[in-house]
Amino acid sequence: MAEKTIAGQIIHINDEGYMTNPAEWNKEIAIEMAKEEGITLTEKHFAILEYLREKTLKGETLTIRKVGASGIVDIKEFYQLFPGAPLKLASKLAGISKPTSCV
Amino acid sequence: MKNIIIIGAGTGGTMIANKLYKALDKKEWQITIIDPSEIHYYQPGFLFIPFGIYSKKDVEKPTKKFLPKKINFICSEVDSINPLDNTVILKNQNVLSYDYLFVSSGTRLSPEDTPGLKDKLWQVDIFEFYTAEGAIALGQKLKNFKGGKLVMSIVDLPFKCPIAPIEFVCLADEYLKKKGIREKTEIIYVTPLSGAFTKPIASKMLNNLLLSKNIKIVPDFYIEKIDNDNKKLISYDGRDVPFDLLVIVPLNKGADFIEKSGLGDELNFVPVNMHTLQVEKHPNIFVLGDAAAIPTSKAGSVVHFAGEIVFKNFMSIIKNKNIIHSFDGHANCFIEAGHGKATIIDFNYNTEPLPGKYPVPLFGPFSLLSVNRLNHIGKLLFKWLYWKFIIKGRYIPISSNMSTKGKKQMFN
Repeated sequence: MAEKTIAGQIIHINDEGYMTNPAEWNKEIAIEMAKEEGITLTEKHFAILEYLREKTLKGETLTIRKVGASGIVDIKEFYQLFPGAPLKLASKLAGISKPTSCV
Repeated sequence: MKNIIIIGAGTGGTMIANKLYKALDKKEWQITIIDPSEIHYYQPGFLFIPFGIYSKKDVEKPTKKFLPKKINFICSEVDSINPLDNTVILKNQNVLSYDYLFVSSGTRLSPEDTPGLKDKLWQVDIFEFYTAEGAIALGQKLKNFKGGKLVMSIVDLPFKCPIAPIEFVCLADEYLKKKGIREKTEIIYVTPLSGAFTKPIASKMLNNLLLSKNIKIVPDFYIEKIDNDNKKLISYDGRDVPFDLLVIVPLNKGADFIEKSGLGDELNFVPVNMHTLQVEKHPNIFVLGDAAAIPTSKAGSVVHFAGEIVFKNFMSIIKNKNIIHSFDGHANCFIEAGHGKATIIDFNYNTEPLPGKYPVPLFGPFSLLSVNRLNHIGKLLFKWLYWKFIIKGRYIPISSNMSTKGKKQMFN
């Protein structure tokens, strides 16, 4: 675990860059982290990040299919907003841990 | 008289039915088991059918053969469960009451959820091996296969027996070599995961296994649709993988009656307490095996281990004692690597597969995460163990919870 200063604040991240304490997260941190990934966050992005945080706090397992059924975005748009591996990238920017697969 | 209803006479349902029957007083308890099929399938055997190693008779036996006569077997679909008045409604609208309910209805394939999957190429150039019929049809196709792009792909997680597609490509490599057309065939493994498997150490080992067989891995590929005209898999981020023969794991879902009963998640799997397998709001409902939404593999070994825990806890509950046993997510799988060799992985909710020996620490005789002939013999012997012991609920001296003894701690 390492410390990192971002948007003027100290956060704790693991070796893959995921925040280890979701409580340290705020929107400014997300905006800066997104810049490092080449993404400019819009309201739609934030709606997804909030959704992921809310579900994670409830202890629910997240999947791309579930995000696609959330009513916020469909899967295609999720990929456009967070290119490559959208759930991993969005989880990183939402300050939550890397999604684990149930196998 | 108290009633126990078990929905599903697969591995978990048949096993728990036998255990309960032996343990409970027949004058006080009536056990009913419901399943739409009168055939019990040895599902781990499906994998071997396409290669002619097993035939249909190796994997099918009458369900009744494994159930004591005094267990009431109803061959029917279930319409729904009403957990508020403790009833199960059958397809013909007959209503059955229960004191305790065990849901072990497994997963089913849902190819309809992927556009273009159940289309004109289905069972022509696109196959699956998670049903006996599918595996037999694929076997016919492989017999006449002349080479080209053989693609193995997975639609989404979770799916039953998550190592089966890896085994499939390993066995296909061997089969095609023997047929003399391996050099004319490109084998491509397409997965929504970032590698061959989810857990890092096993994933690295299995990635290397596939690469050593010249099997190409296409990771992070989340299938949007299948283009039947151009014979291509298309991903949500616009990539494509062309195929001549596509073997696919369609989306896995729980049974429809779970959705109708309001007990399921978005894929009709039932959220439960992951240590007791009870539905939180309805603790007289237990969910065994693939039907449960728990963060471990959907595999026979899991329901075997979980079934032991659930059974012990159930016996405590009916004696008004506290439940003391907790399921740890224990799963293990033999992984067929082709050419008469296999490997084994053993893991749980918290510990990923590590090298070591199994089932007896330091002794084995099987070796975790290494590929050898003895592991393969173990895999073949398992069929015998399954029919003779496991589904009959007989005791096997293997720990239900995972052991870390003798396992090598590793860093990724």
